[in-house]
Amino acid sequence: MNVNANANFAQDNPMSQFLRMERMPHIWCPGCGIGIVVTAFAEAIKKSGLDLDKVAIVSGIGCTGRTAGYVKLDSFHSTHGRAIPLATGLKLANPEMKVVVFSGDGDLTGIGGNHFIHAARRNMDLTVVCVNNFTYGMTGGQVTPTTPHTANASTTPFGNYEYPFSLPFLADACGATYVARWTSLHARQISASIKEALNHRGFSFIEVIAPCTTLYQRRNRLGDGLDALEYYQNDAEIVHDIDTRLVDIDYQGKIKVGKFVHKEKPTYLDNVNQHYANVLGDEYQLYGKTTPEREAEAKAKAEAEAAAKGAV
Amino acid sequence: MRKVKADPKGVLEGPHFMDGDHALAEGALAAGCRFFAGYPITPSTETAERFAERCPEAGGLFIQMEDEIASIAALIGGAWGGQKVMTVTSGPGFSLMMENLGLACMTETPMVIANVQRGGPSTGLPTLTAQQEMMQARWGSHGDYRVIALVPDSPQECFDLAIEAFNLSETYRVPVLIMTDETVGHMHEKVVIPPADKIEVVERNWYTGPKGEYKPYKFGDKNYMPGPMVKVGDGHRFHITGLVHDERGYPQATVEAGKINITHIIEKIDSNRDKIVRFEADQLDDAEVVVVSYGITSRIAIKAVMDARKQGIKTGNFRMITAWPFPEKQIREIASKVKAIVVPEINYGQMVMEVERLAAGKCKVVSVNSTGGAVHDPKEILAAIKEARS
Amino acid sequence: MMEVRFSGFGGQGIVRCALITGKAISLYDDKFATMTQSFGPEARGGACSSQLVVSETRVLYPYVTVPGVLVALSQEAYNKYEPELGNGGILIVEQDLVKQKPDTGRVQIFPVPATRFAEELGNRLFANLVVIGFFAAVTKCVTPDAVKKALPELVPGRFLKANIQAFDKGYAFGNDMLAERASPKEAVA
Repeated sequence: MNVNANANFAQDNPMSQFLRMERMPHIWCPGCGIGIVVTAFAEAIKKSGLDLDKVAIVSGIGCTGRTAGYVKLDSFHSTHGRAIPLATGLKLANPEMKVVVFSGDGDLTGIGGNHFIHAARRNMDLTVVCVNNFTYGMTGGQVTPTTPHTANASTTPFGNYEYPFSLPFLADACGATYVARWTSLHARQISASIKEALNHRGFSFIEVIAPCTTLYQRRNRLGDGLDALEYYQNDAEIVHDIDTRLVDIDYQGKIKVGKFVHKEKPTYLDNVNQHYANVLGDEYQLYGKTTPEREAEAKAKAEAEAAAKGAV
Repeated sequence: MRKVKADPKGVLEGPHFMDGDHALAEGALAAGCRFFAGYPITPSTETAERFAERCPEAGGLFIQMEDEIASIAALIGGAWGGQKVMTVTSGPGFSLMMENLGLACMTETPMVIANVQRGGPSTGLPTLTAQQEMMQARWGSHGDYRVIALVPDSPQECFDLAIEAFNLSETYRVPVLIMTDETVGHMHEKVVIPPADKIEVVERNWYTGPKGEYKPYKFGDKNYMPGPMVKVGDGHRFHITGLVHDERGYPQATVEAGKINITHIIEKIDSNRDKIVRFEADQLDDAEVVVVSYGITSRIAIKAVMDARKQGIKTGNFRMITAWPFPEKQIREIASKVKAIVVPEINYGQMVMEVERLAAGKCKVVSVNSTGGAVHDPKEILAAIKEARS
Repeated sequence: MMEVRFSGFGGQGIVRCALITGKAISLYDDKFATMTQSFGPEARGGACSSQLVVSETRVLYPYVTVPGVLVALSQEAYNKYEPELGNGGILIVEQDLVKQKPDTGRVQIFPVPATRFAEELGNRLFANLVVIGFFAAVTKCVTPDAVKKALPELVPGRFLKANIQAFDKGYAFGNDMLAERASPKEAVA
């Protein structure tokens, strides 16, 4: 094989505008579902018409948590579970940004569960993409809050006896204003949902069921990535607008997918601004002026005064 | 470092009768802080309340987060969103913040965290004073890192040091801790807030170079000074991580990269110690015994030193304003000249260990410690001075 | 140096007493004042106290040790704090709310019907200002001018005038009492 044929691989790759190609190859295993979601995310951003400079991505820790490191946006790889509060600070400090949280099930709903429910409650204007592979992959296949009942994990070696979260139900119950679920088989639908979520104002949540081939699939003797996709093909059922109380996932059972919630509600910042505008009137201005702005204003004023003096 | 005059919108000019907690919030606003994320905890809550009340007019945002972990995480986001940021907490909340304090150190994110110390451990003595997190301030997050910690002794100094904390934080791109205590936090005294044009504020060191060339970190400086910052949305598409990283912010899981990265975050403080350390020394020239203290305890210490002098004991006073980095050179010098150093603290003996380390056997070091909850009786310190001299 | 303790039950404006007095002294009387208060559940009902250390030079030790002045506006506060008042100290009591032990001459007692005066002025909430006026007269710890300057941010604007009246009432009552004690015959005549 001519090695030079691939010399321009990085530049020529259709994803090169979107990924930090100098960081390739990535760490994800063959058959892993995360890459599909990242690609779908890239497509969504392209189609959304958003200025890439005004989109930031925040991840926590874990396999999906590595996404922020590969995406060529302002990107933050934070601590385990804390992507949402970091993203909250980012959004509130710089409201013109579109802030996306991209992380896994363990990160977002285990260690970070408290932040998840409160960001949803506040209708914080964030787009949260959760790649749910039922597994703590980075640490070697432990049980997570979403692992189906009876599934095997390294810390439930005789099968999972806990009840899992149904994430769309959780998000909906907490106040999320956009909720969708897909599997990694539904690449185009994921992309369409992310695009819709990016253009939605408020807390939007997209769960993507994806295979962890190395750990979850293998430990449960479910075959490889292709077998997972086959399972999704056979057992995923598209039911838009279904009551989120009905979307539980049993071990290797049916997976209800689709857009479940899409409603308009003022965001946290809308409420802050509206409220203080009411209380303080025209005086109110979030963040006022920056130092350079104040300095420019003072300079202009001084010049105007000097000019006026000169005229006299 | 570019110094500018404070934005008058945040400056409540004039004399006030104010407690330390409120003074912290006023200092932060004067320093240009416009983003505050916090969670209520006694005895620090008044700072958050004050900020919440004052910030809409000053043009700022207060958010009460779901816990202290979220509060400090939001600060990291807020700082890279372009704001000067602050939170306040007490013992239990301080413990919860420790992990992300490390992330802030690793990502060289400027922020100010005030800890109004109360008695611990655990829920301890929520309404009573202590200085029990002095070592946690230094070592509380995992791994090797450095922070700056300041210790005010009065509401006035809460105001003054809040500004100083922001200025140091921007200069060194490091979290700065204000390690005050319940007594200072809750006591009211006169606080004079100067006019905005008399307050010097360090402006963030903004990157001004071309797009596409920005690196979030600079590791090669001879003084280990950090590089400039950008904010999200400026088009630099930067990346930051808590992993060991190179100047581009990209993870590098190697021994060599770790050496460069960690040396930088440590040396930017250690090698600039002389520029950072602030202290007050009094009557050291002829002193046989020196009382080394900080925060509220240093006021009691002054009283004890005055009483000792009245009794003819040549006693001096050394007040740390910066607890971290520790005034190593100064303590070494004192230790080489005196018979004894007396260290009163409202804990079971924390900073005294640093004093002992630096005295290195050259003089006696006497700890006047307590299990927390109350300031010292000056007589306890006086007794220790007398005993130390004998 | 003077150490003062204000005490009573929650809702009497005990903390406000120390705040107003402390602010007046440190901002307008050119002296140093440090104020501390009790925190926690006790500050929201039951016995509560606030303390003031007043000095010509910087206050070092912020808490009261042996108070020279005790203001006790409730029985519980009186019972709890009277024994720690220094010998020869000034004891100000709300005479209608505190039943005192027999006077042994250990301390100087100044009774004031503050709540009654306040009610006469329209609202018992003004009692703490009557007390501050009375306190200012008998202790000379703070000047009336300074208190009046300190008031605006510490009492609701619509009650400022009434609070000043309450202060004046207490202050006059205190001065009358001092005059009477200085030359009782003249006062009787």
